[in-house]
Amino acid sequence: MKKLVALSLAAMLMGSAASAANLVYCSEGSPEGFDPALYTSGTTFDASARSVMNGLVEFTRGETATEPGLAESWEVSEDGLEYTFHLRPGVRFHTTDFFTPTRDFNADDVIFSFERQGKEDSPYFAMTPAATYEYYNSMSMPDLIKSIEKVDDMTVKFVLNRPEAPMIANLAMPFASIVSKEYADQLIAAGTAEMFNQKPIGTGPFKFVDYQKDAVIRYARNDEYWQEPAAIENLIFAITPDASVRYQKLKAGECHVMPYPNPADLEAMKSDPNINVVSREGLNVGYLAYNTQQPPFDKPEVRKALNMAIDKQAIVDGIFQGAGAVAKNPIPPTMWSYNDAVVDDAYDPEAAKAALEAAGVSDLSMKVWAMPVQRPYNPNARRMAEMIQADFDKVGVKVEIVSYEWGEYLDKSKAVDRDGAVLLGWTGDNGDPDNFLAVLLGCDGVGNANRAQWCNEEFEDLIQKAKVESDQAERTKLYEQAQVVFKAQAPWATIAHSVVNEPLSNKVEGYKIDPFGGHVFYGVSLTE
Amino acid sequence: MLSFLIRRLATFIPTFIGVTVIAFAFIRLLPGDPILLLAGERGVSAERYAELQHQFGFDQPVWRQYIDYVIGIFHGDLGTSFSTKRPVLDEFMQLFPATVELGLCAIVLATLIGIPAGVIAAVNRGKFFDQALMSSALVGYSMPIFWWALLLIIVFSGTLGWTPVSGRMGLQYYFDTPTGFMLIDSLLSGQSGAFRSAVSHLILPTIALATIPLAVIARQTRSAMLEVLGEDYVRTARAKGMSPLRVNGVHALRNALIPVVTVIGLSVGTLLAGAILTETIFSWPGIGKWMVDSIFRRDYQVVQGGLLLIALVVMIVNLIVDVLYGFINPKIRKG
Repeated sequence: MKKLVALSLAAMLMGSAASAANLVYCSEGSPEGFDPALYTSGTTFDASARSVMNGLVEFTRGETATEPGLAESWEVSEDGLEYTFHLRPGVRFHTTDFFTPTRDFNADDVIFSFERQGKEDSPYFAMTPAATYEYYNSMSMPDLIKSIEKVDDMTVKFVLNRPEAPMIANLAMPFASIVSKEYADQLIAAGTAEMFNQKPIGTGPFKFVDYQKDAVIRYARNDEYWQEPAAIENLIFAITPDASVRYQKLKAGECHVMPYPNPADLEAMKSDPNINVVSREGLNVGYLAYNTQQPPFDKPEVRKALNMAIDKQAIVDGIFQGAGAVAKNPIPPTMWSYNDAVVDDAYDPEAAKAALEAAGVSDLSMKVWAMPVQRPYNPNARRMAEMIQADFDKVGVKVEIVSYEWGEYLDKSKAVDRDGAVLLGWTGDNGDPDNFLAVLLGCDGVGNANRAQWCNEEFEDLIQKAKVESDQAERTKLYEQAQVVFKAQAPWATIAHSVVNEPLSNKVEGYKIDPFGGHVFYGVSLTE
Repeated sequence: MLSFLIRRLATFIPTFIGVTVIAFAFIRLLPGDPILLLAGERGVSAERYAELQHQFGFDQPVWRQYIDYVIGIFHGDLGTSFSTKRPVLDEFMQLFPATVELGLCAIVLATLIGIPAGVIAAVNRGKFFDQALMSSALVGYSMPIFWWALLLIIVFSGTLGWTPVSGRMGLQYYFDTPTGFMLIDSLLSGQSGAFRSAVSHLILPTIALATIPLAVIARQTRSAMLEVLGEDYVRTARAKGMSPLRVNGVHALRNALIPVVTVIGLSVGTLLAGAILTETIFSWPGIGKWMVDSIFRRDYQVVQGGLLLIALVVMIVNLIVDVLYGFINPKIRKG
């Protein structure tokens, strides 16, 4: 088989270095494995779920909205507790040199895909050594799912413990990808269960061919795909950790798509006729969270005054270098229900000073926490903290910058009695506003992911209503209102959303930036 | 010779124990909790945290973890990476050939150029060649590898288009890699052009990695030669009318080589350190990059297992160097 693939590859590449049928993606790192349920990193999802697999529900390519995937349709019960999925008939898992399915995809695969993550007594739970199912847990699936029932071969019913409108979006996430029970059984019988995480089988547009650790991943088109087969015949990930080297490879024609360019290279890339740079705001937000339980930050007018003192445009220009945009809402503009009517607190040091005086605050000194790591929503937290320090100094507020090792930082910043305001951010999981507003600002999150330690009755009421409402238009209204409350109360200074830039060879057509930060090659084609 | 070997092997044992302790302690002394790092911004509940601690065995007392680790070593089990879920030894064996291939090429290049350059500089002491060589050696020695590597790529791959930018093999070639050494596997594959592709991918990383050892070897050879050239027996040989080539090349160089061999042996450690940057820049799938990634993730098993294996390799290379000494200089065997 390997020889065969090699021959066909060689034949295709004969003559021209990059044939129209082979797309090379210079990926930024190695996948940890190929079972998306075990991991949380985007690099791993690109190599597994996003290329090889499908979910019951799928995100519409390039959007945060969802569409039917392996489930053709579904119904939600009146009380919002029962989701009945009608599975797509005639879908086959991949036939490769290491697996040949004997039956079509059915309800057993769906139940297997979830129970292996949630049922500790399932024989599949510990199939992979040292397995943990972090995303399944962090999306609260164990509390949420009461049972998963097989109604018939092609119908599955999920019963929930409470109504949860974002459930459908959760099912489109990589951890909820549908994998083959038959493949797992075969591996277990052969005593090679660990291969499940090394050689993935799915129903997706590309079949896994081979992975040379830290070097190259190869995929071949799935010609029996249940949708139109992909335009690309062979998809190759050339793992290239250094951003400057990725750029050189793109220039030399050694790859067609590269993620995460150095912001400093963007100008040169844009002026290169062979390279197209596509851009889009990322599904994230970088913020400064005050401790709203610590005086004087317990007063909204103090927080608002400080927000007015921050020159956000200068921060975006200085730190993001074209890879960022000023944030006014806690959710990014690519997300549905983003309230563009909200007016940001304009930068005005004089007004800020006056507002602080009016609030009876003088001689204020505070701590600002700067993260020790680079994140898309904050490429240089130390520098950002210094700029905020200078801004606050202008309104008479003294700032001391503190930092800790990353794990410690995340842990210590959760404390309710924490001293100071924290720089942090969030990248969305499922494209649902609940995933930002409830997780980061809900009352349940105080002492945890809610770094502002902020619990506001009006806001909480809105997001709880939206959580159980299944009508999207109704939910949109509630979230829009919640953003107005947020702005008036100002538990955070919203600083920036990253802008994702993706340089592509001008031969690439139909590429769409994935709002979730992933890289999806179904729907992409190459011209000669 | 045998007793010399036994004596050297005996010193292995305390060193080995020391390495297990250091490797074990190193990653645990670094601040940073692997579970919190794994969870990131998303965080982890207290119950889930305790569950994970238990699963990874971090709830055991440290001495207990150490003993389990040592017992594992004697069973040939270096643990399982908690990120890739694969045995540490498997991953090491898969990646190590790439590092060895690059390291060997670099050391061969450094030696082949460094020794003759040092000899010529010594013989022409103070002349233009000597000064030019010594100043370039200083530059080479102080060059930041990542910058130098990137410069090589931009000039030779980007501007001139002579070599590929990064990787080990052209993507159009696809074959089994039974040995892990691309130069050998590409020949075994029988695919025409594969070997050529392997060589062309090796050129720039080899130069980048060889630069520092090359500078060190050239300087060491020069100073050792200068010392030997002042010895009486060299003057005698000259007086007897031997050709300068024979005097310098045989009589002087053979004795000058002893410290040079030491330096070459020691540079194996430097090479492994240099490999971390070189491998990252050139997307070279070796153990350098693997170790760095694992340290960032606080992947305890990989770091302690990887460090142990690397230390073992360095120890073995040093043993070989010691044995080589014995051949070059019989005095050491008896000492």
